[in-house]
Amino acid sequence: MTSEHNARVPAPAGRATSAPVMGRDSEATIFEYSSPGRRAWSFRSTGLPEWDASELVAPGLLRGAPVELVEVPERDLVAHVTRLTHRQYSVDLGAYPLGSCTMKYNPKLCDDAASLPGLANVHPATPASHCQGWLELLWSLSNALCEVTGMKAATLAPPAGAAGELTGLLLMRAWHDSQGETRTKVIIPDSAHGTNPASVTLGGYETVTVPSDDRGLVDMTALRNRLDGDVAGIMLTNPNTLGLFEEDIAEIAAAAHDVGALLYYDGANLNAILGVTRPGDMGFDIVHMNLHKTFAVPHGGGGPGAGPVAVSARLEDFLPGPLAQRGDDGTFAWVNPARSIGRVHSWYGNALALARAWSYILANGGDGLRRVAEGAVLNSNWLKSRLRGTYDIPFDRPAMHEFVASTSTLKKQTGLRALDVAKRMLEEGFHAPTVYFPLIVEEALMIEPTETESVETLEALAEALIRIAGEVAGEAAHAPRSTPVGRVDEALAARRLQATWDAVCQPS
Amino acid sequence: MGHFVPHSDADIERMLADLGLASLDELFAVVPDALRLARGLALEPGRSEPDVAFEMERLAAANRCGPELVCFAGAGAYDHEVPAATRRLGSRSEFVTAYTPYQPEVSQGVLQALFEYQTFVSRLAGLEIANASLYDGASATVEALNMAASPKGHSTMWVSGALHPNWRAVIKTFAAGSGHEIVEIPTRDGRTDWDAAPPGEPAAVVVANPNFFGVLEDVSAARTAADLHGAALVVAFDPVSAGLLRTPGEMGADIAVGEGQPLGTPMSFGGPYLGLFACRRDLVRRLPGRLVGRTRDVAGRNAYVTTLRAREQDIRREKASSNVCTNQTLIAVAAMIQLSWLGTSGLAELALRCARGARYTREALLGLPGVEEFVTAATLREFALKLPVDATTVVERMAEEGFLAGVAVGVESGLATIDGEALLVSVTERRTKEQIDRYVECVGKVIR
Repeated sequence: MTSEHNARVPAPAGRATSAPVMGRDSEATIFEYSSPGRRAWSFRSTGLPEWDASELVAPGLLRGAPVELVEVPERDLVAHVTRLTHRQYSVDLGAYPLGSCTMKYNPKLCDDAASLPGLANVHPATPASHCQGWLELLWSLSNALCEVTGMKAATLAPPAGAAGELTGLLLMRAWHDSQGETRTKVIIPDSAHGTNPASVTLGGYETVTVPSDDRGLVDMTALRNRLDGDVAGIMLTNPNTLGLFEEDIAEIAAAAHDVGALLYYDGANLNAILGVTRPGDMGFDIVHMNLHKTFAVPHGGGGPGAGPVAVSARLEDFLPGPLAQRGDDGTFAWVNPARSIGRVHSWYGNALALARAWSYILANGGDGLRRVAEGAVLNSNWLKSRLRGTYDIPFDRPAMHEFVASTSTLKKQTGLRALDVAKRMLEEGFHAPTVYFPLIVEEALMIEPTETESVETLEALAEALIRIAGEVAGEAAHAPRSTPVGRVDEALAARRLQATWDAVCQPS
Repeated sequence: MGHFVPHSDADIERMLADLGLASLDELFAVVPDALRLARGLALEPGRSEPDVAFEMERLAAANRCGPELVCFAGAGAYDHEVPAATRRLGSRSEFVTAYTPYQPEVSQGVLQALFEYQTFVSRLAGLEIANASLYDGASATVEALNMAASPKGHSTMWVSGALHPNWRAVIKTFAAGSGHEIVEIPTRDGRTDWDAAPPGEPAAVVVANPNFFGVLEDVSAARTAADLHGAALVVAFDPVSAGLLRTPGEMGADIAVGEGQPLGTPMSFGGPYLGLFACRRDLVRRLPGRLVGRTRDVAGRNAYVTTLRAREQDIRREKASSNVCTNQTLIAVAAMIQLSWLGTSGLAELALRCARGARYTREALLGLPGVEEFVTAATLREFALKLPVDATTVVERMAEEGFLAGVAVGVESGLATIDGEALLVSVTERRTKEQIDRYVECVGKVIR
């Protein structure tokens, strides 16, 4: 190896501009590859009698002809789906600095763990005596999540963050009911995720919004003015969606508890504080976690995730069941909490996602999880420092795992909007940051690099963002041009709704 | 250990220096001292990849499944073949590690797969619109009730007592928040007895076909009950049985829901599964979850994008009728691949094979002394029988013989229950005559 080679700066692994695109045509739908008489399927030889359908189903219920799906050979199906994957950005391909989404690298060992036949092929109604491995896994994961959050007990059943939120709100309701109280309102900050107010409504409560102050934190005076005996709880994300740590959290908790309200922790941003501080120590009563963010369960293009909920001791009896528990003899059994709010999932939640999270926790350990938080906060602050001076940083306080920048000033100067930056970033071989969120920042670019990107990737991200900011006015409006399709006509999609191939073939 | 943070010590030092910080601890200066976890997390130290694999294999080995516990259980989770094409394509990392397709220009793969999935679900349901998935069958039913409910105020819902007991439990849990009054309609001989419904004005009527006992319901009776009150009819359907049966839409459903696990997803100890959801076109503006539509890009090429976004929680916030954000996209993509692999003839063949296996097994079991029908109504791929020995005991003893014999079920006050006197048996296309004969022989031994 030459000395010149050794001195070279490593290439940024998170930049995907080398990704091949085999031309610029649309991919046909699977329906267009179909031709009568072709097929992929084959089934096991069973040796069973070959009764006709008419001997098995009453004539009035039997279909006349099979449901028309497609008729494609396996080779064509594989080609089609493989080409679809070539039209898709992913974490494995490059950096995904989507604020509030924690799109970190998903370790391959977790994929392997979740594919073990001894986990994947177990029927959920298997007697507990024959699925002790699963019960032990769920019990161990539940304990680890309680340690990470500083809570007493947890349910792993909610299949996503929003499901965890609603579960938490129903726990809140059950608690107040048990106290003989009827409360009507839940307070959330104006920077909250949209799922928070939507879940509040489904929980049967009314949303009361509390503004942020000029620090970007909960406005304490406004909060105190809203706190009264009708408030069932406060839902907070800490660090909040601006990526800032709510420094007054102990005071907020005390104020909530003074009026008998509970404090709910939205775990969307838990990645920033792993092993550093814990929601339970801050005074939270209910915590939901997004295992598909913090614990590296891959996002799957929009799920499946997992949204476990952990609670303080006083709420333990209300948790949804069943829960895996270890008996004195070391064996595991299902139990239902005494005053359980009931089931929240058909079975026990997204079990294989839970297995992935457990393997991730085993790999990292307590020490590794703390390094996750350190890496996430280091990367975020470093990237922010590179962008300061080019983009507005509306609340420029020490950032946690993410930060919010804005093109407000650039928009006045050159017309550059957050949306244009997002689309230009796609051409630069990156996924775009989150844009126009949180709602309280104009032209917001919410950037979360995560702990798994190298410093060269961060530098490449910074360079791209800085270059875009300096471009000729109007340039970015044409982006993206190097992606499988250019900007899409969203208005047309809504106006001329075609949500199936049949709607395309028979326009109404 | 922190295997997945890429920085070397030198990298970290340089980055800290760039920030004017002396240590990583200083990154957290904003966290008040009193809240710091000085002792660190009380979790074991991190392990190497082979050590993690060893531990996960130990846990997996403590479960019995596959050839060690030949599966005759169903009750909403079915032991279907997942072919290599579905497994391999469905686990492609471009699908696995993508986020929700908020940037359509770089998400056409997931979006188009979902568009094709929606088309399949729409055809299986016999309804014009299908969404891009919900969590599971139970959550899809809850969303159907919220969709059917009057936008203001609380509604009464009539739910068949032969709907899956766990689904009914989930419906009741969430009704504590929505305020819906859930009225469970009792069954008679395994079918819902709509004549036994109490007086009331339901906003929705829910029936499963086949129902929890595997029984084919009289959906037209449910339609009549719904029509009497101007209620929406929600039909929970099984996507495999759909290979033989008329569609929910043809039978009068306004909304169809279902558990999509049989479409290419292993039993997975109960999840992640797939909530199927379809409805009439005129209901689309109240549709829960994501919807993908076909459109064009600036160059006029076909393109796909999530559409009618104004329904969703991130825009409508407290006025949204659903809070769904993360759904089950990856499982929906697997279902799209599986349905393409099966195709028109394969789905019909699959349903037929399950029905043949069920009939053969049922007749053989009924030949054993003391085994009787639990219900006499017609079934398709799953059936319940009364045994001379308590069903829970039979399941335990059969497990020792290497079979998951089924699920113990019963009826209490006319409502289906898990745990009870009867054994609910399901037979998929994977069960051979030889396995079934051995199974029946073992049941004969266990109940003697």
